[in-house]
Amino acid sequence: MKFRFHYIILLSFVLGASSCKKDNYDAPSSTLKGRIMYNGEEIGLEYNQVPLELYQPGFGKVGAIAASFAQDGTYSTLLFDGNYKMIIPASQGPFQWRETTAGVRDTLAVTVSGNQTLDLQATPYFMIRAATYTVTGKTVLANFRADQIITGSNAKTIERINLYINKTQFVSSADNIASAEIAGTAITNPAAISLTATAPAIVPAQNYVFVRIGIKIAGVEDMIFSPLQKLQTN
Amino acid sequence: MNKIYILSLVALLLITGSCKKDSDFLDVPPKQVIPEETAFSDPALVLSVLGDLYNRQRDFSSLDGQPEERPYVIGDQPGWRTFADFSEAFPSENGSSFLVQRSSWDFMEWGMWNYGYIRDLNLFIQRANAATKLLEADKTRFIAEARFLRANYYFEMVKRMGGVPLITEPLTYDYSGVVTNLQVARSKESEIYDFVISEAEAIKSKLPSDVSQKSRATKAAALAMESRAALYAGSIAKYGAGTPQVATPGNEVGIPASLAAGYYTKSLAAAEEIINGGAGGYQLYKVLPDLSDNFAAIFLDKSSVNQESIWIEDFKVNSGKVHGFTTNNQPFSISDEGLDAGRLNPSLNLVEAFEKLDNTYAPIATKDGSGNPVYYTNQLDAFAGRDARLAGTVLLPNATFKGKNVDIWAGYQLADGSIFTSDDAGHLKALPGTSVNIQVVGKDGPINGQEFRTQSGFYVRKYLDPQIGSGRRGRQSDVAFIRYRYAEVLLNAAEAAFELGRISTADGYINQVRARAGLTTPLTGVTFDRIVHERRVELVFEGHTLFDMKRWRLAHRVWDGGSMTVNDLVSNIGSATKRNTQPYALWPYKYYSPGSPNNGKWIYKEVLPSAVTGASRFQFGNYYSLITNEILSANPKIVKQPNQ
Repeated sequence: MKFRFHYIILLSFVLGASSCKKDNYDAPSSTLKGRIMYNGEEIGLEYNQVPLELYQPGFGKVGAIAASFAQDGTYSTLLFDGNYKMIIPASQGPFQWRETTAGVRDTLAVTVSGNQTLDLQATPYFMIRAATYTVTGKTVLANFRADQIITGSNAKTIERINLYINKTQFVSSADNIASAEIAGTAITNPAAISLTATAPAIVPAQNYVFVRIGIKIAGVEDMIFSPLQKLQTN
Repeated sequence: MNKIYILSLVALLLITGSCKKDSDFLDVPPKQVIPEETAFSDPALVLSVLGDLYNRQRDFSSLDGQPEERPYVIGDQPGWRTFADFSEAFPSENGSSFLVQRSSWDFMEWGMWNYGYIRDLNLFIQRANAATKLLEADKTRFIAEARFLRANYYFEMVKRMGGVPLITEPLTYDYSGVVTNLQVARSKESEIYDFVISEAEAIKSKLPSDVSQKSRATKAAALAMESRAALYAGSIAKYGAGTPQVATPGNEVGIPASLAAGYYTKSLAAAEEIINGGAGGYQLYKVLPDLSDNFAAIFLDKSSVNQESIWIEDFKVNSGKVHGFTTNNQPFSISDEGLDAGRLNPSLNLVEAFEKLDNTYAPIATKDGSGNPVYYTNQLDAFAGRDARLAGTVLLPNATFKGKNVDIWAGYQLADGSIFTSDDAGHLKALPGTSVNIQVVGKDGPINGQEFRTQSGFYVRKYLDPQIGSGRRGRQSDVAFIRYRYAEVLLNAAEAAFELGRISTADGYINQVRARAGLTTPLTGVTFDRIVHERRVELVFEGHTLFDMKRWRLAHRVWDGGSMTVNDLVSNIGSATKRNTQPYALWPYKYYSPGSPNNGKWIYKEVLPSAVTGASRFQFGNYYSLITNEILSANPKIVKQPNQ
């Protein structure tokens, strides 16, 4: 048989055209994002430590779509449109969340339809406020106050307060190059606290550092941080 | 004619051959499967079934590692790696550097949920009970052994997961489409411990009291398990009160504090039954005159001379059940296998925990009061006058193994303060002012980042097999892993007695263990910190560290995620809450200053190996390992772990 090239072209065209049919689902495309705040004030957290769970009932097995908060309390998830239930699991986060009964946190019903922003409100045990930083050489002096937000029977005490310095914008007890610490019992006036830490030489050299002040509350695992600050050093 | 004759003969043969009955031809018993009634008719066959069940027990640290067990264990874990965590050791293998680079443990870590094994144990018990052709004595012992294995496995699960579904009968699915009758909720944590204790009590008299029987369950093994389990339950009840977050409302996790005293009493009673000879003549191993060699020999001696080990996982060379612990961890310069060596390096944190012979704690002296280095004539002088278990557990610089001395030094310290070293022992250099090329760093390290040589300045000695050829990959080693031993029973008794307020009883038990290690000045008025310390140094690398720290609720304080300074390292030794987040190294240097009286002497420096970038952080969610979504959605009755 004579080899006919146009048959092959014809055949591949037919096959190609028949495979154009959609055979897959779209990827999730609706973004649900927001941040956790206290009366509009930023609640600083440790990166990837405070989880957030979303459940979508009605699709076979039950399991959480897990997300977590960024350092500045923002979160962002990519979802399908639909009805979700959002929860911050019990005893996570350095704040109080509305509870239905003691120890059982309330669930938030979320209807996702297109991109949307949902800010969450929580009540932290403490806030670091009015932080000012003075840099001398590589030494950072921080002045700030620790305000107790939750008082009364649910009040908790300060275990320690740390000043953390890091060369990148991730600043926490796990990520730091220098830190200073004051124990909760050593704080005489919570309205005027100061901490001093000296950054070591950074290789390769850089003339700036990032700092945050973290407060560890007795009996609560996650720390609460002041907003991130970039400082010029010499 | 001849042709017809042959043809008819063939036809005749074919016809005769087909005379066999169809059923005879088709019903051939399979040769690869032994039917139940056959298996349970002969004690030798039952023992081989039981042997498989023994093999499937799980230890935290196992010399032959951990086979894959998804979803919790992904990929086979080599035997040495399970020892190299918690800052008690440094992993000198680049592929395992994650152990010291991570800052937290995954919630999945240490989890187990092997109900396939539980089912096989339940089936074994059911079938052995139904067996008719076995002798009554054999049957009783087999069933008691399987119940022991089941209780021990539930104990292993409750340590890691808290209360788990307690299933003691094989479950059967009836193909009805409904599975709710198979979905069992989690028991309370205390109920699982109660199960372990009651099973031990029920089977102890059915098991033999035989000191030389080590690889099968004995009465002492059951009592040792009971003593440990009750001690764990008691301490979770007592110290769990300090961490109310680590509990669920239904007590699937957490034990009420009111139950503590009851558990401690049971633990003490079970331990004392062994101590008083109720299960055979067990005693501490005191055979060799050198106390360090004697301590190392506890783990090597499998003969009947060893009356300390109670229940072991045995290995045998040339039998297929061997392990590569010695291959992986032998000193680099004495290795039988070239580059296969030196992975597990005990940390300075651990070395400093071994106290001095006068019962005081002190770091290894590297500097004198005015900050000048301390010069030692011999490398081993720095470690002299300490607990004999130090040299029995850790191979110190210049110590002997297989008749050779390990060559551990990081280089020359010159008089001007600079360090003269090279990146390999074979890379020779001439010292300043000389022209002869010489070796300037130890053949066994330490060199930062050089895997398979020590990077902490120490090698492990516990379980390291001195037999010829033990380091070869082809032969490997048959040193046994001791699951329960008499010294631990004494320490269990000491702790339980201490918690019950019987301090002088506690003193008596703990001092027996200490005297064997050369600490002959008895302690009076033992404290909680002393008990924590004693268990650490006696039982390190035996799979106790994590579970001890968990049950005392010390884990989140000891591994708090803060990085350590040298000052942290050398202070507060012996404190139960001392931070232990990063493994430090101790590097020896040879002092070079011709004309100085100190020329050629040794100095030591505390070093943080450059691979150590993380600092261990134990979260509340780590106290009980994650129950996966797969399990939770298959059985809605299961409640989640707290803090996850």
